[in-house]
Amino acid sequence: MAPETFEQSAERALADAQLRKNFAFAMGSFILKRQAVFSDVEETERLRTLGNAIKQRALSRLPELLQQLEAACTRNGIRVHWAETTAIANRIVLEIVESHAASRVVKGKSMVSEEMHLNAFLGSHGIDAIETDLGEFIIQLNGEKPSHIIVPAIHKNKAQIAAIFHEKVPGAPYTEEVAELNAIARRTLRRRFYEAGIGLSGVNFAVAETGTLCLVENEGNGRMCTTVPAVHIAVMGLEKVVEKLEDLPPLLRLLTGSATGQLVTTYVNLITSPRREGEKDGPREVHLVILDNGRSRIYQDPQLRQTLLCVRCGTCLNHCPVYTRIGGHAYGFVYPGPIGKVLTPQVEGLEKAGELAFASSLCGACEEVCPVKIPLPALLRRLRDESYSAAPDGAAVPGRGCRQNLAERLAWKGWEILNTHPRLNRLVTALLGKVGDCLPLGGPLERWTRYRSEPVFADRSLQRRVREEGIPDE
Amino acid sequence: MSLAFTKPSKVYFFGTCLIDAFYPDAGVAAIRLIEREGVRVVFPTGQSCCGQPAYNSGFPDQARAVARQQLRTFRQDIPIVVPSGSCAGMMKHHYPELFAGTEAEAAARAFAGRVFEWSEFMVRVLGVRYTDRGAPIRVTWHSSCHAMREMKIVEFSKQLIRQLGNVELAELAHERECCGFGGTFSIKHPAISGALVNDKVDDIQRTGAARVIAGDCGCLMNISGASRQRGLPFEAQHLAEFIWERTHGT
Repeated sequence: MAPETFEQSAERALADAQLRKNFAFAMGSFILKRQAVFSDVEETERLRTLGNAIKQRALSRLPELLQQLEAACTRNGIRVHWAETTAIANRIVLEIVESHAASRVVKGKSMVSEEMHLNAFLGSHGIDAIETDLGEFIIQLNGEKPSHIIVPAIHKNKAQIAAIFHEKVPGAPYTEEVAELNAIARRTLRRRFYEAGIGLSGVNFAVAETGTLCLVENEGNGRMCTTVPAVHIAVMGLEKVVEKLEDLPPLLRLLTGSATGQLVTTYVNLITSPRREGEKDGPREVHLVILDNGRSRIYQDPQLRQTLLCVRCGTCLNHCPVYTRIGGHAYGFVYPGPIGKVLTPQVEGLEKAGELAFASSLCGACEEVCPVKIPLPALLRRLRDESYSAAPDGAAVPGRGCRQNLAERLAWKGWEILNTHPRLNRLVTALLGKVGDCLPLGGPLERWTRYRSEPVFADRSLQRRVREEGIPDE
Repeated sequence: MSLAFTKPSKVYFFGTCLIDAFYPDAGVAAIRLIEREGVRVVFPTGQSCCGQPAYNSGFPDQARAVARQQLRTFRQDIPIVVPSGSCAGMMKHHYPELFAGTEAEAAARAFAGRVFEWSEFMVRVLGVRYTDRGAPIRVTWHSSCHAMREMKIVEFSKQLIRQLGNVELAELAHERECCGFGGTFSIKHPAISGALVNDKVDDIQRTGAARVIAGDCGCLMNISGASRQRGLPFEAQHLAEFIWERTHGT
């Protein structure tokens, strides 16, 4: 059976009343929480401008900063590994795990590890990757992927989670009490932290100057993953590097305010080295795996480069009218929502993922709230242009031109001719005024009328009316 | 800067392609209301579409050709009044990008600087004051995304409605959310667009308004199409037509 197209997945999601209710409720509350911490419009605008400037500055010096980060980390005792592809990144992680003869890895939340499909890869080598973020834990129990980059189990409500725990956690009673559900997860996970030889985490920001890995979280599982096991492996996309420690406060304020409407997260981890001589805790080894996976290609194009400003706060998902209705799974890739629509076609290519760039009304809700001011609608438009581009060389995006077809080209050429030839245009409009309502119900009109009645052409166009009223031409 | 807010003796009117073919009453009303303030309105016959449909669909060359037709047509250095936040946004904010690096860049920038959305022009430039002549009515207002986020002129549109003493304005619960039109989006992704417009229609219905007023005919066509298919009682009307109806004869 052919895999489901995006349109089919979206339709299936739209027909799922429970899913739509869960998303509408959750996204609505995230929007309100964000509003509460960013209530001062001018101050928020200043902060977003600053966030954009910090990330732009870091990107403008990206190769240099990455080298500086490597040198600083190495000085601090953190071992740095470079991975051009997810396959290489997986291999690096596996080698570290195997060199310690470990069979279990406890994981803090990491979208880069999702991008690597790390759990499945480790599983195929007999290694258990155990998710410890509550949301990740829930969906791992249920064999699902994250539906949101910050709150991965947000598509589930309390009752659904209660059923998953009762069914999948040995000995867990059915309960919808949040405190009891938390306690079940806590009991199950607490033991895992002590048993695992390896802890793996993502990175929110890596500070080049000091070689510091910054990781924010609310559950303490990130702190456990990065301090309890003897070995800590951090994985990050290469765009996560910033210049200096002073860059962190505004970025953290933007990240947590945008993501969860918090002024600060419960845990802010700044990791600068493995356990030092004489220290009583902390991992013996810290590894940093820096993943490219298409990012350095994106970096080459000055407009598309803005994709790499992203701090993965997820607020564009929360504010997106499309995401709110279809949820994250329908997108069919790791990163959903507006940033996913922009990033995924660039990484996976336009043949495979280009459709995503068209699944937007370009309403601009995402751009309006993006903490680092990524011009998401302009980037979507750019990807649409690339999809139809006939320009032969120097493809900035893999699969450029893959949507070229004669029918659409002719349709737009016809549209151009009509709209540049006033007399012809008036003639056709007059004709449509006469017979437009008897048009055969096919093509675009059929798709329009699935949810709407047909548009009604006016008998006399505005052009004709203004001439009749004697409104001057010059 | 200050020049833009001096009442001009003459303005251009850009009718938009949707008003031309589907909503000419809205265009005529918008023109009459400007003329009633003592401003001469020029409607050049050479005008057509702002070019946004192609611009948003991956066909920038075709968009540029059609946009160039407008640059050629609206030559005089007078304001261009546009009864649509979306078309105005295209002309004011996207023409400079569309023509960046071309021979028409300077012309596009100058053109962009002359563009006003209709309600923005009526309030900021003409400073109109209206007396309501209509019977009491409850209406709701739909903000188009581009009126709100590109032109940022929704406050002016609402100010016009609030001048009408017999009109009760019931706000939508989700005013800032898109109606799902998005031009070709509505036919490329009909199910998602359909879900959006049906939620918008529900929101409108919950206000108990007899009419939904909007400043953009793309949204109006979308919303009224969905409400008609569902057989709902409320009407959808362009702001200019509504104002003309309420103030006619003053």
